[in-house]
Amino acid sequence: MTEARHTDTPEQAQFRQQAKAWLQDNCPAEPAVRLPLTPLEIMTQEQLTYLQAWQKAAYDAGLIGCDYPIEVGGRGMSNCQRIANEEMLAAGTPFMPNVIGLGMAAPTVFYHGQEELKQRLLPRLFSGEDIWCQGFSEPGAGSDLASVQTFAERKGDKWVINGHKVWTSLAHFAEWMIILLRTDKTVKHDGLSYFVVPIRSALGKGVTVRPLIKITGETGFNEVIFEDLEVDDAYRLDELGKGWQVAMTTLLHERGAGELVTPRSGGMKNKSSHNINARSLIDLARRSTRNGASAAEDPLLRDKMMQQLIREAGMAANQRRSRVTALQDHPMRLPLQNKLLMSEIAQDTAGIAMEIEGATASLYLGDDAAPNGGQWPMAYMNSFGFTIAAGTSEVQKNILGERVLGMAKSK
Amino acid sequence: MAQPDDFGFTEEAALLKASARKFFGEKFTADVLHNMVASDPSPERAPDVQWDESIWQQMVDLGWSLLAVPEAQGGVGMPLVGVAGLVEELGRAAFPCPLLSTLASSYILAACGSAGEPALAEIAEGATVALVLSDANGSWLPEGSPLGFSGGSLNGTGYFVQDAGKVSHLLVCARSDAGLSLHWVAADATGVALVQDSIVDLTRDQAHIQFNNVETQQVSADAQLAMDKAFPAIWTLYAADMVGAGEWQLQTTIEYVNTRQQFDKPLGFFQAVKHPLVDVMVMIDQAKSLVYNAACAVDCDPQNAHQAAHMAQASASDMADYASSRSVQYHGGIGFTWECYVHLFFKRQKHSQMLWGDAPWHRSRLAELVIDAAA
Repeated sequence: MTEARHTDTPEQAQFRQQAKAWLQDNCPAEPAVRLPLTPLEIMTQEQLTYLQAWQKAAYDAGLIGCDYPIEVGGRGMSNCQRIANEEMLAAGTPFMPNVIGLGMAAPTVFYHGQEELKQRLLPRLFSGEDIWCQGFSEPGAGSDLASVQTFAERKGDKWVINGHKVWTSLAHFAEWMIILLRTDKTVKHDGLSYFVVPIRSALGKGVTVRPLIKITGETGFNEVIFEDLEVDDAYRLDELGKGWQVAMTTLLHERGAGELVTPRSGGMKNKSSHNINARSLIDLARRSTRNGASAAEDPLLRDKMMQQLIREAGMAANQRRSRVTALQDHPMRLPLQNKLLMSEIAQDTAGIAMEIEGATASLYLGDDAAPNGGQWPMAYMNSFGFTIAAGTSEVQKNILGERVLGMAKSK
Repeated sequence: MAQPDDFGFTEEAALLKASARKFFGEKFTADVLHNMVASDPSPERAPDVQWDESIWQQMVDLGWSLLAVPEAQGGVGMPLVGVAGLVEELGRAAFPCPLLSTLASSYILAACGSAGEPALAEIAEGATVALVLSDANGSWLPEGSPLGFSGGSLNGTGYFVQDAGKVSHLLVCARSDAGLSLHWVAADATGVALVQDSIVDLTRDQAHIQFNNVETQQVSADAQLAMDKAFPAIWTLYAADMVGAGEWQLQTTIEYVNTRQQFDKPLGFFQAVKHPLVDVMVMIDQAKSLVYNAACAVDCDPQNAHQAAHMAQASASDMADYASSRSVQYHGGIGFTWECYVHLFFKRQKHSQMLWGDAPWHRSRLAELVIDAAA
């Protein structure tokens, strides 16, 4: 596909030039360690150290936090994060490790935190020196997030936290957690409050992090148990009882529909990573044999691959159209589809890849004969993380049906 | 060539789209449409051309029929992306008129260079055109044309001619000794016999047209080349029509499921209804974005136009299918009746899905371009 012509403002154009120039000289070399598919599967300190060094360098070069004010560690620019992202993706950089910090914690702290807290937390978040994690889900609170039970009890100007959070990606490396807590048991949504909690310094002193093993066999997410952990009231975001509204800021950004653009990099090619897209399906089909002929000649597989190609092109064209006001009837209609589309398309792509591989799709990472090093079956299993996490596809459809199409709430 | 990030959808295009929505919204609501085209439900009804020529004349006066005619021939020469905006609104109204076929013919003539100019000038003066191309099996490729041209006259029968009963002229693709040829023929020329088809869609008319020694000149251009060049624009516009109709189906169905109550709840409360309607919306948005993407490619990036238009058409066809089935299903019993307007759009969409190649056809062509050609 042809690259779109950029209609940059003068500030964006100048920034793009700077970013391009810096990336040309400073895009890191492929690491010695095997990198995971996404930041959510970072398992070892070696992987983390490499990725943290990259994030720090990118932050120092001004490619992270571009649109945040200078006082909180940003660059005080206007709509430049998108430019930085485009250039980082084009340059094939590694991804950034502090994804939950950048994508969810930063906008939430920025919109709801006290000034002093922002100035203290955001610079180290942007630089990746402090890794962040998110404490929302609990064993009894998944899609029905507002039913969280982890309780914070007031004790002077402190809060004492007890409870159990699950599916907490990056908790094993995190300094900080954004957390949704119950401060009032008598009301549901209005009984929630939102805090930031330092967890690393409290490990073994009220906080326990236990790894959970994923369907793929990888680790990366955890359960986090709180036992009488004391935190300052200064760590509360926004007012008491406003936790649900604050959580909406987090979720909107998590689903790619927030006001602030999340810093994103990636695209680095190495022997163990591969792109989950229709082009890689076509490459795979060309290398695969089916009924004695190239799988790329199988009419049914061709049709499926073209369907994926069209869905991907449609998603890219949606992004483009979401910036043309005259071609939209509802401002949230396209942004709220992002998460649903990305996760569902990736899942179907990986499923089709296994179909193309046929019997060889049975071979996993440990088998030398596995096509693509066994990454496709892993990607397929892993894709359910995306269709389940951050609001399942079913929850996304409720949101779209209710907020965009105005149908009655299903609860 | 690079594409503008905003598809080149200018203020002028936005204005045209908004005024088209207002125009149809005021003059042509679904009940007006129903009164006009659905008076005879009989399955064996005789074919009839039902439309409102006075509204069409207003559209001509607004310059909509000559948007695709270059300025040098007295037209507007509007970029396709703006024309697509108008056609999307046309589809939303399901307005019976020869706009699409006239636009389609204009793109072919415009691709003929100076040879197409006299005919384009006639379109600028108000001529309307139907395209004669397909054989009895519905081949939409020029090389499949069932018509022959030799010794200065046309012979044979062309099928699935859209809007045939509403136009003043025909643009005919024929095969001659020298290859493919194009012909500009008055619809009432001697030897032209039009036989209306009895069709499901009430918002269109369709005919097969017999040519018996019709004496005609040839539009002296490389017909194959001209048609190949024009096809992406034509596919894109038919897709835009489906997108508009799909949006009508979605909004109308949403309105119904928000109103109709069962088990003490509006139907839209139930996820068995809610989620598929969200899927319809997602499909509409994909198709719509791909339509403007394709239109922009035609305008600014012709070497990618075929790929982009195949994507738009395939996406819109699949959407039309699903939006139609859901619109009837979620209207329940009333949706199954003649009195509920959803059948009008259901039938238009089923008809549109088959025009100019269905979704699998477009995907197979796309596969040839991205898998085989690039191998």
